[in-house]
Amino acid sequence: MKILVTAKRVEDPESKIKVKPDGTGIVQEGLKYKINPFDEIAVEEGLRLVAKHGGEVVVVSIGGKEVHEQLRHALAMGAHKAVWVNHTGPLDQMGVAGLLQKVVEKEKPDLVILGKQSIDDDQNQVGQYLAEWLGWGQATFASKAESFDSENEKNKVPALVVGADNKTVRVVREVDGGLATVECQLPAVVTTDLRLNQPRYASLPGIMKAKSKPIEELIPAGLGVDVTPKLTVTKMSAPPARKAGIKVPDVATLVEKLKTEAKVI
Amino acid sequence: MLSGYGVYQEEHQAFRRMVREVIAKELRPFAREWEAAGEFPRSLFTRFGELGFFGLKYPEAYGGTNAGELYEAVLLEELGRCGSGGVAAGLGAQFTIATGPIHLYGTDEQKRRFLAPAIRGQKIGALGITEPDAGSDVAGIQTTARRDGTHYVVNGAKTYITNGVRADFVVLAVKTDPSAGQRGLSLLIVEKGTPGFTVAKKLDKLGWRASDTAELLFEDCRVPAENLLGEPGQGFAQILGNFQWERLSLALGALGAAEEVLETTIEYVKQRRAFGQTVSAFQVVRHRLAEMATDLEAARQLTYHALRLHVGGQYAIAQTSMAKKVATEMCCRITDQALQLHGGAGYMKEFDIERHWRDARLGPIGGGTSEIMNEIIAKQLGL
Ligand SMILES: Cc1cc2nc3c(=O)[nH]c(=O)nc-3n(C[C@H](O)[C@H](O)[C@H](O)COP(=O)(O)OP(=O)(O)OC[C@H]3O[C@@H](n4cnc5c(N)ncnc54)[C@H](O)[C@@H]3O)c2cc1C
Repeated sequence: MKILVTAKRVEDPESKIKVKPDGTGIVQEGLKYKINPFDEIAVEEGLRLVAKHGGEVVVVSIGGKEVHEQLRHALAMGAHKAVWVNHTGPLDQMGVAGLLQKVVEKEKPDLVILGKQSIDDDQNQVGQYLAEWLGWGQATFASKAESFDSENEKNKVPALVVGADNKTVRVVREVDGGLATVECQLPAVVTTDLRLNQPRYASLPGIMKAKSKPIEELIPAGLGVDVTPKLTVTKMSAPPARKAGIKVPDVATLVEKLKTEAKVI
Repeated sequence: MLSGYGVYQEEHQAFRRMVREVIAKELRPFAREWEAAGEFPRSLFTRFGELGFFGLKYPEAYGGTNAGELYEAVLLEELGRCGSGGVAAGLGAQFTIATGPIHLYGTDEQKRRFLAPAIRGQKIGALGITEPDAGSDVAGIQTTARRDGTHYVVNGAKTYITNGVRADFVVLAVKTDPSAGQRGLSLLIVEKGTPGFTVAKKLDKLGWRASDTAELLFEDCRVPAENLLGEPGQGFAQILGNFQWERLSLALGALGAAEEVLETTIEYVKQRRAFGQTVSAFQVVRHRLAEMATDLEAARQLTYHALRLHVGGQYAIAQTSMAKKVATEMCCRITDQALQLHGGAGYMKEFDIERHWRDARLGPIGGGTSEIMNEIIAKQLGL
């Protein structure tokens, strides 16, 4: 089977993010970037499915030349080929979903796996738009079916199972207060939650092989997609700085303050 | 994107990101614990073996990846920032000094017996040159190996040997002909468990706390003659050949460590306040940091210059010695200044600075002292 996965370039969660004084965005200097962690989980899941069912994993990323770093990372993990949608400048969720739709129509995968959201602006929309516009089934927040206690348990029931006939996919989803299992016909769109799997490291032979794997370049105009954003960010601001705590002399004062000031009891 | 400085290509930087991930997940969180315990788990050797980290420059026939020395250079830089100089030293000794001579001078049989299991991390290796009475003066070692039929009989002592306590084999510098000076030196592989070979003691030390450093004793220790590397008398040249990569590796590790120390110090001075402002607001502090960054950059350029010559196949003995001296001394200066900029916090175990400061001090001593580097450089100048 053919699986399309995404690899968005996002700010490394380890970097310190600062909002520009004028609130138009974040300060880019000195930031490190990496693949969106949810997308890395998508790549991993794609590789596991292909290891089981045969086929190939195609990884796609949208952005300037710098997204090659994330594409090569996915290729080094084991993805077979990459598609680079060369676009710099603003892009909203609908723009992303529109571009991905065209890539899907071109590549004709049996399954698309995306992160449920990207950790930069946490929108959680692209997978849903994409499924809707393709007219495909969707299963969001694919997660683990069983307890996470032991390594053995973790490996027992994969949360994403493709039917023996390659026509359906069964997905365990994380929902409020529990898990829901859904079954979709293929082709389908699945988005990943954090606990779906533990992505592998890129291996050294993988890194060396990734060098010669193809990266196909596409441009929005060539795909016939108008990416003019319908959504604009008007202002960004940092969360208020945390105030210093206070010390209370005894338990009685603590209880009193919890009642009168914090109003939590 | 990480800059490659004209040395590293995209794939080396991809490897760097992978190494960083491994270190962040598997070394860093435990480094303090290992430093306090004075050792790290043996399982790290097999783990590094699995990850292919011990075979980066070795042929596939022995389980290596033949990826090349630049990958190993990346690994060395990143190990410099793994949270423990001792872990970097113990794991580093495996691929920089212990297996190097076997790869360079060993027979196919020796490579299958020692290099291959060391690449897998199943055997731990050590290099034993230094003795209680001879360090800088390598030709002055006194451990002897007298031929007796099919064996060599080894007598003598070695000291300050990294991985010595746990080593499954030691590549040992011996005098096969005590009367012949330099030309009487040879390298002989001695296996753990050979009667007459004992670990006299594990040594306590200032830094590199998590690494095991041992004094080894050889008393009528009978070692099969087939364990000799190359021909008798080639030892001195073999040791010098192997020193090139050892010295570059120490320089590369110093770059990684200094880089980390500089980064943490910049973060620290930006949030630490004194006299109503951040410490970084004092011009003298900003200039100090600018000078530290310049010092690091200069050492980096010289090291990369020597590295380029080395991977290009040149025997760049002067440049390698210069780089070793400059980079390790730079690291001492930077850790010392960083400690100062941290104030009292720099002296405390809660921060990583004091550990870096102790670890860095080994640089200008190990693998040939700065004075010996000067001797080599002077000789290259025709002096
Ligand atoms: C933590 C640690 C790990 C080590 N690991 C290993 C290992 O794995 N294997 C191994 O074989 N060795 C190892 N060593 C030993 C190391 O290589 C030696 O300590 C080093 O080469 C210096 O030798 P020395 O200690 O005998 O000093 P000495 O030779 O006694 O030197 C004392 C002083 O005299 C100076 N000096 C000596 N000769 C000259 C000269 N010609 N001109 C000017 N000054 C001179 C030196 O620079 C130094 O300042 C390790 C050492 C340490 C501390």
